[in-house]
Amino acid sequence: MDNNHKVIEVTDLTKKFGNFTAVSQITFDVNEGEIFGFLGANGAGKTTAMKMLTGLLSPTSGKAKVAGFDVYKQSEQIKKHIGYMSQKFSLYEDLTIVENISFYAGIYGLTDEQISEKTNFLLKKLDLEKSRNELIKSLPLGWKQKLAFSVAIIHDPGIVFLDEPTGGVDPITRRQFWNLIYEASENKKTIFVTTHYMDEAEYCDRISIMVDGKIEALDSPVNLKEKYYCKSINEVFIHLARKNKNQ
Amino acid sequence: MKVVEVRGLTKKYGKKTAISNLSFEVNEGELFGFIGPDGAGKTTLFRILTTLLLPNSGSAKILGKDVVKDYKYLRNHIGYMPGRFSLYMDLTVEENLRFFASIFNTTIEENYQLVKDIYSQIEPFKKRRAGQLSGGMKQKLALSCALIHKPRLLVLDEPTTGVDAVSRKEFWEMLKRLKEQGITIIVSTPYMDEAVLCDRIAFIQNGSILDINTPAGIISGYKKKLFSIETMRKYNVIKILETYEYKDSVFPFGDSIHYTDKRESINSEILIDYLHSTGINDCSVSEIESGIEDVFMSLIKEGTDGQ
Repeated sequence: MDNNHKVIEVTDLTKKFGNFTAVSQITFDVNEGEIFGFLGANGAGKTTAMKMLTGLLSPTSGKAKVAGFDVYKQSEQIKKHIGYMSQKFSLYEDLTIVENISFYAGIYGLTDEQISEKTNFLLKKLDLEKSRNELIKSLPLGWKQKLAFSVAIIHDPGIVFLDEPTGGVDPITRRQFWNLIYEASENKKTIFVTTHYMDEAEYCDRISIMVDGKIEALDSPVNLKEKYYCKSINEVFIHLARKNKNQ
Repeated sequence: MKVVEVRGLTKKYGKKTAISNLSFEVNEGELFGFIGPDGAGKTTLFRILTTLLLPNSGSAKILGKDVVKDYKYLRNHIGYMPGRFSLYMDLTVEENLRFFASIFNTTIEENYQLVKDIYSQIEPFKKRRAGQLSGGMKQKLALSCALIHKPRLLVLDEPTTGVDAVSRKEFWEMLKRLKEQGITIIVSTPYMDEAVLCDRIAFIQNGSILDINTPAGIISGYKKKLFSIETMRKYNVIKILETYEYKDSVFPFGDSIHYTDKRESINSEILIDYLHSTGINDCSVSEIESGIEDVFMSLIKEGTDGQ
């Protein structure tokens, strides 16, 4: 892995809503092929930061480049070069599996030929060939999540943003989902992921922990545990988030 | 005394069976947890227990009363906090609480003592609209609203889903204090680490209960030898073990890998030797005690393998 190739570069990125500073001067880089965990308490500013990085929200100040594109001037280019999946918005429930795949592939500008090729490839890979014409709403949540992830990278982006991708599934399905993440990372895709499951934070190459709009800690899980004398990332997280709360 | 008695409870939506022949009891003052993923049937069960949905067959009694026939009585004695908190987003914090109190012919003042512990944390924001609150604050308000009529049974449907680790911890501390006041609590969660905080838990998957026991009882029912493998090359090792002919299960588990084997005679040395033979030298293997999550995964796996 080429550790020096940075696909996300953020310097002093800030977003204010009126008098409220949601994200305050955050600075970090993410390397190609890295699994980067973006943690924080509810309301810490994760979603706002993620919206800026995915070109959905213009920052108040600071700099950020994603896939080599500037978040102020090239947000449309960013959208073409990233994948995005969230638990809240992913697939259309009233469309079939095949319709969802074609729809997203079409949006990302794939040709008819590419779409049919991709569709067959995905159905086979996810073992969904038999269910190809079933409505999304009839599928178990675990299948939906795997499909949503595959659809999010249908245009072969270098970076994928995953916003709490594994909420609510059983522990086995959750782990199978992480196998997809590992596999994508092996294929040099960069993964930027948020989660409330602290055991999943341990699966990341590096994690950042946001508290009140700032990045309080950023390192590999092993180093963070050493630094704060904690046995798990859960303890590190509670230590950092609580310390701040009690101030 | 049994606060909840459920026998053979079944609910179908068309052809789909949401819950199938469930039976269990909950004792007075107990904190009882339903652990299972989305779609397991937790919400359907809770809606039947709170008299909001009719079962197809089977019976459910709460406080000795039938959930179908005695729904009017029961609604006065059950507090229900649905998932996605049923708050009125355009009403203020105080208006929401006052509204729920008035529905049950009571006032905030009358039962303030009961909600004080929780409500006082959001009282400084009582003039703020519920829609403007953070997730953690909405959760506290919803709990206050579910408690304001002094229920004997509190039913909480995934109160901590999507809530961060700190707020989750605080929420369970609140539940513990409510339990100490004698309120019986039924709670559902997809988080395994919350299971150990319950007096007893039921694992639920695909509409069926896989096991009911105390957390310690659940763990002691696990008979397999469980190994923890630590390595810097986690994904590699998982891939190697996935195709190992003696593998029973292999799962990433926080900073390590949890592995079970089909052989009775398995030990750490055998595993280390095997991993060495595949070129993995930077790993350590140790036999460990299982946790709740190991047991649940094993039960799910038995269920799917048997299909």
